[in-house]
Amino acid sequence: MPKESTLRSMVLCLSLVCLVCSALLGGVYVMTKGKIDQEQIKKTNNAIALVTPEFDNAPSSEKMTVEIDGKEVAVYPARKDGQAVGYAVESFTSKGFSGTINIMVGFDMDGNIVGTSVISHAETPGLGAKMTEPAFYSQFVGKNPASFRLSVAKDGGDVDAITASTITSRAYCDAVDRAWRVFQKIMDNNSK
Amino acid sequence: MSKLRIIANGIIKDNPTFILVLGMCPTIGTTTSAINGMGMGLATTFVLILSNVFISLLAKMIPDKVRIPAYIVIIASFVTVLELLMQAYVPDLYAALGLFIPLIVVNCIILGRAEAFANKNTPLDSACDGIGIGLGFTLALTVIGMVRELLGNLSFFGMKLAEGGDGMLAFVLAPGGFIVLGYLMVVFRKLTQKKA
Amino acid sequence: MEYLIIIISAVFVNNIVLAQFLGICPFLGVSNKVSTATGMSAAVVFVITLSTLVTYLIDHYILASLDITFMRTIVFILVIAALVQMVEIILKKISPSLYQALGIFLPLITTNCTVLGVAISVVTKEFTFGGEAHLLNLGETVVYAASSALGFGVAMVLFAGIREQLDLVSVPKAFKGTPIALVTAGILAMAFMGFSGLV
Repeated sequence: MPKESTLRSMVLCLSLVCLVCSALLGGVYVMTKGKIDQEQIKKTNNAIALVTPEFDNAPSSEKMTVEIDGKEVAVYPARKDGQAVGYAVESFTSKGFSGTINIMVGFDMDGNIVGTSVISHAETPGLGAKMTEPAFYSQFVGKNPASFRLSVAKDGGDVDAITASTITSRAYCDAVDRAWRVFQKIMDNNSK
Repeated sequence: MSKLRIIANGIIKDNPTFILVLGMCPTIGTTTSAINGMGMGLATTFVLILSNVFISLLAKMIPDKVRIPAYIVIIASFVTVLELLMQAYVPDLYAALGLFIPLIVVNCIILGRAEAFANKNTPLDSACDGIGIGLGFTLALTVIGMVRELLGNLSFFGMKLAEGGDGMLAFVLAPGGFIVLGYLMVVFRKLTQKKA
Repeated sequence: MEYLIIIISAVFVNNIVLAQFLGICPFLGVSNKVSTATGMSAAVVFVITLSTLVTYLIDHYILASLDITFMRTIVFILVIAALVQMVEIILKKISPSLYQALGIFLPLITTNCTVLGVAISVVTKEFTFGGEAHLLNLGETVVYAASSALGFGVAMVLFAGIREQLDLVSVPKAFKGTPIALVTAGILAMAFMGFSGLV
């Protein structure tokens, strides 16, 4: 190819570069697609394992959806020896400081919270992002929302907010509360 | 110039952060912790080495007038490759660095090295330059991240040093980034001046 | 009302330079004089608003419908580069005086990461402006883009004003130039932190 900048050489060269690059990208995309999806599933599975009592089934293959507040929420039942021992609810809140926060909340059959685990968020590092630290989320463990008020102390609830991150703490409560309502819905359906 | 010399130059004499003052956005935006800083540095190094090698290979074939657009396409492709690879293999780091990964495209270090070094030198030398500058950048980001994490969060590479302490929050937030970088730049200048 | 919240949020609370760390290179590089800072800011406002509008439309009607959103980075940067060139050519033809004022800044803008940064964040990030978190619609996108750029301008002009004064005082030798500018920027960022909680 000539080095002079004639119109023909310029167009030829740029189109060639674009063509090769697009082909490369397409190839890498196809190669990594499977792995990216797999990684997503692994993340969900890890979160389920963190927030449910011991189980021996594959909760992610028994995924069901429950409608709440006009949106669909995924629920994963955990079973042991065929008996349901708890539910993991993939809850969300749109009240975060920046964007949606997705949280996996697990309950045992009595409605006690077994654990909560953040799946994705965009909160500020050092402030709202502290919700992913045990100091905050461990306060939900073992609590039953039937008696434990899911709002921050400032609003008359039982949750200790993260210092200087009341908005995030409120959002967290909102997500856990949504999960609780989903759980109640499931229990209602089961007893019918 | 020996290969080793090129690499050393990139780390000290032409240190992209402290001496050339290039690529400031990720430098301040991603160094909220040492791990994030290091991850960003290595991600940039990956793109820098590949783009340097390919641009030095292609430099003779690309007509002068469309040089810059062609370079940008090449760099953007490698950045997208990196994005996909990170999503597949280190999704947590990808989530933490967020917007700053696609923004590697407009990191002036990369286009700067393409123009200043890669299009005049052999692919091997350009690779060395990429490694040197990349390591210099990584080193700088890791140190900044370390200082900010230590002061702001009382932890070291994610390990909490003092229980219950909160640290000085401002260092993890925006102002700390500017101030720590300013002071480290002074320290780096003092150190390298003495050597010379 | 919601537009007003977006404007306050983007200009002051989440200032693109001082809180989101975008566009720091021009922020440090062309802030020696208030006059150049103003010129640069005007050019940035113009380019960001226009390019975000175009990339938003491309993302929604071409990339998303073909399901090739992984090509975003490469497509956006090409659109921005082409757009900047076009603006330069058109400006030269129709308004030589404006070209005189903004012309020298235009080529610099392609590699100004605020442009690509805003273009990518409006199509990927969810924003919370007082109410629920959601992706922006077309109107909000344009307002957000313009006010982000305005925030860049505000930070830039303020900073240039401070730096003009800074030239007149004696600074320790090791701090001369960039280091003292960075420390100053840090203090300015701290002042802007006072706005957090406004929205």
